[in-house]
Amino acid sequence: MTSQVSSPAEQADEAVVGEQRKPAGTTKDVRRLDRVIIRFAGDSGDGMQLTGDRFTSETATFGNDLSTLPNFPAEIRAPAGTLPGVSSFQLHFADHDILTPGDAPNVLVAMNPAALKANLADLPRGAEIIVNTDEFTKRAMQKVGYDTSPLEDGSLDGYSLHPVPLTTLTVEALKEFDLTRKEAERSKNMFALGLLSWMYHRPTEGTEKFLKSKFAKKPDIAAANIAAFRAGWNFGETTEDFAVSYEIAPATTAFPVGTYRNISGNLALSYGLVAASRQADLPLYLGSYPITPASDILHELSRHKNFGVRTFQAEDEIAGIGAALGAAFGGSLAVTTTSGPGVALKSESIGLAVSLELPLLVIDIQRGGPSTGLPTKTEQADLLQAMFGRNGEAPVPIVAPCTPADCFDAALEAARIALTYRTPVMLLSDGYLANGSEPWRIPELDELPDLTVQFAQGPNHTLDDGSEVFWPYKRDPQTLARPWAIPGTPGLEHRIGGIEKEDGTGNISYAPANHDFMVRTRQAKIDGIEVPDLEVDDPHEAKTLVLGWGSTYGPITAAVRRLRTAGESIAQAHLRHLNPFPRNLGVVLGRYEKVVIPEMNLGQLATLIRAKYLVDAHSYNQVNGMPFKAEQLAKALKEAIDA
Amino acid sequence: MPETSTEGTGTIEALSLVPKAEARQSMKDFKSDQEVRWCPGCGDYAILAAVQGFMPELGLAKENIVFVSGIGCSSRFPYYMNTYGMHSIHGRAPAIATGLATSRRDLSVWVVTGDGDALSIGGNHLIHALRRNVNLKILLFNNRIYGLTKGQYSPTSEVGKITKSTPMGSLDAPFNPVSLAIGAEASFVARTVDSDRKHLTQVLREAAAHRGTALIEIYQNCNIFNDGAFEVLKDRQQAEEAVIRLEHGQPIRFGTDGSRGVVRDAQTGDLKVVTVTPENESQILVHDARSASPTTAFALSRLADPDTLHHTPIGVFRSVERPVYDTQMADQLDSAIEQNGKGDLAALLAGGDTWTVVG
Repeated sequence: MTSQVSSPAEQADEAVVGEQRKPAGTTKDVRRLDRVIIRFAGDSGDGMQLTGDRFTSETATFGNDLSTLPNFPAEIRAPAGTLPGVSSFQLHFADHDILTPGDAPNVLVAMNPAALKANLADLPRGAEIIVNTDEFTKRAMQKVGYDTSPLEDGSLDGYSLHPVPLTTLTVEALKEFDLTRKEAERSKNMFALGLLSWMYHRPTEGTEKFLKSKFAKKPDIAAANIAAFRAGWNFGETTEDFAVSYEIAPATTAFPVGTYRNISGNLALSYGLVAASRQADLPLYLGSYPITPASDILHELSRHKNFGVRTFQAEDEIAGIGAALGAAFGGSLAVTTTSGPGVALKSESIGLAVSLELPLLVIDIQRGGPSTGLPTKTEQADLLQAMFGRNGEAPVPIVAPCTPADCFDAALEAARIALTYRTPVMLLSDGYLANGSEPWRIPELDELPDLTVQFAQGPNHTLDDGSEVFWPYKRDPQTLARPWAIPGTPGLEHRIGGIEKEDGTGNISYAPANHDFMVRTRQAKIDGIEVPDLEVDDPHEAKTLVLGWGSTYGPITAAVRRLRTAGESIAQAHLRHLNPFPRNLGVVLGRYEKVVIPEMNLGQLATLIRAKYLVDAHSYNQVNGMPFKAEQLAKALKEAIDA
Repeated sequence: MPETSTEGTGTIEALSLVPKAEARQSMKDFKSDQEVRWCPGCGDYAILAAVQGFMPELGLAKENIVFVSGIGCSSRFPYYMNTYGMHSIHGRAPAIATGLATSRRDLSVWVVTGDGDALSIGGNHLIHALRRNVNLKILLFNNRIYGLTKGQYSPTSEVGKITKSTPMGSLDAPFNPVSLAIGAEASFVARTVDSDRKHLTQVLREAAAHRGTALIEIYQNCNIFNDGAFEVLKDRQQAEEAVIRLEHGQPIRFGTDGSRGVVRDAQTGDLKVVTVTPENESQILVHDARSASPTTAFALSRLADPDTLHHTPIGVFRSVERPVYDTQMADQLDSAIEQNGKGDLAALLAGGDTWTVVG
């Protein structure tokens, strides 16, 4: 849950230990914490993402604020037990408002030696490590380069190690079931989930309900998973190794009044598109080609045909946007979803949409590049591609959501611009927002913006001879948008295309002065898009401004809180509109002695800012496929303040 | 949902969802105010005239007709039709038309493309449109040359073609568009010739009546860069030997007085041309465009000699019923509403596990 309002500083990573007590009915101690970061890690086939999702859901239902970071390899099943095959899910939850999935886990659940080795470096000393000892065989350890067992050779001294034979315990718990050993072993993630659910007092009904419905057609498997889940809980309750359990109170004061759910960026974006379709009263049409990390939007929208949503899985990226553009011509709210490599393929079609001046949403869930790059990791390196990646002068508005839940509003905002100004709009999300999740206050429908549009119905121009005609490129004087006349409207038959058009009539024109005018007019239309002014959070009249865009909002805000808690002055502003920039951006930049721009690229926003405003903006960059860590960012910002 | 609708009064069942014209139309209703800018003598003029002349026969409201094209000489076509139109980008017209046709079933959507546009840069979109069977009519103007870029060889040019980009002769084996379309699961495949207006119109008529994607290859003369490419099919005398007119349900015979015919070789199962005699007359193949199996249609598409064009069949090779993509897409929307009720946004947003914060 994030908000622009000031809130308690995000604390350092060590879990804060509060009061200690013994509740009735148990002999074990209960400690109260204000926040915890847990990382589940295992083999790609161990079900870590599911385990993390379930724990998140339990945590959301409990009412904590939370933020998640799934992290998995591009391979569906990398070789078992290897470092590249490790899949993990990190969850940060708290009794107060938090902004990031957390820098360093307080607890690591390692299902095998590879998971331990791959994640150990991220753990602060003193962190709790729960390992599945059954997987620490000589062979498995050798596979990842452990000559001696890290569980015994002292290398984990300084951590709080809980060796648990998770596999054996799971198989034992399921011996009443008619399952092969292999089938029984598969439930070990549910055993681990049960154990962690006990440790952190999570509600369990949701998970049991989920398992029943997930395995509705295989009641035996459902029952076995529930049994493993309960066995894990009971193991925590009874074993002496786990002497303490923890309470993290619901984040009641962090949330405004309302009904909440946990939501990932891609789901929020999908809902935003369905909502935009309703608010515009236009059918939604998605033309798309599967690509990580955008495919989930295609999957989600394909489930909502009863909203009149048409999803078309095309033969390639170009056909995806082509079909969407065809649907836009026909009067649909048209969308194409992709990631960076797909945007590259769609470039020519985006240029056509610029020339045709039809509304179209191009949604880019950015991932590591160039080329195939890092399909499952995050990056913000498509900004300049979105801005300039087309032939000719082809300006396209750009909107970037800043948190997973914000993807809902960003979709509505992108639709508003596309429909009002009859233009393709780029929406730049990324892998971190797409797969990460956080609580979302479910909006009331009457809070949603009105996006209704007027199709052209009749002639809009009078010729010298007095006859009434329809001119497809006669513009609205305020927005410079051209009329949207859809096929089926009598008397407005017209032809549009990618060749330069004469102003007004839209007829083919190669006239030099006309082309100059049309290029400038298309640019003026985009430059003139109404976007809200940039808000600056600057309680102490700081001399340094940190400016971000997109998914770095959480880490930057967390870093700013740390600095302010430490007595530093720093101003923060975050761009949602990258093209056009907010009108007041130049004035804001001019107010500060120093401007720092952290980005998950090599300085793309900084390049734009420096070029447009002649500001000596300082870049702070990271391109390792992961979001910034708050602590590292706070250090970098401190250096910038002191420089 | 049935294709027939009470809204449309069209006589052609495949177009029953498209509103009918209120008054009788003539060819001039379909001529736009734009000056036609093809080279004088170009085969495109004849095709344009044939299409403009045919459209009134459909009796559709012209605002519900859309022509979508790619890039190339032929792709200027939409500018000259007084309907809705889009001149898009190279090769992508089938994709754009698919989006339009699948989102607007009240439209009659036509694609105009050329051999370079459809078979080189846009080959992928063409084959996928054909296999999906979207309700599109694709007019592929094949002049076996790149015209708009001034005379490079195309994917249908004969091997060894000397052009600006192949001074020592082209090396690529050409595509046979009809074979390609049949291989791509097309439900309707026909071939015709620009100069034979009657035949061209008849093929358009059958294509319009077809439910699903129709591919019409139109041999078109480029009098600037590949003049006379199809002369053997047009010269009355030569055509006797060169052209095989396919008619559904009729024996496949051609030549002077039908002296030649097509039979199946008992050994190979392949087709071959024979001189008709009283002995073999009963073995002459009867054309069956509606055969479920594409085998014979494909064999017919291989009859012609790619260099001399001798034994070139024209007419409808294949016309079969297959589920239409846009119909099925609409059906899925209807059944989703039937099963789950009309979408309720508030319920969707509030789905999943929720919790409430009270003040």
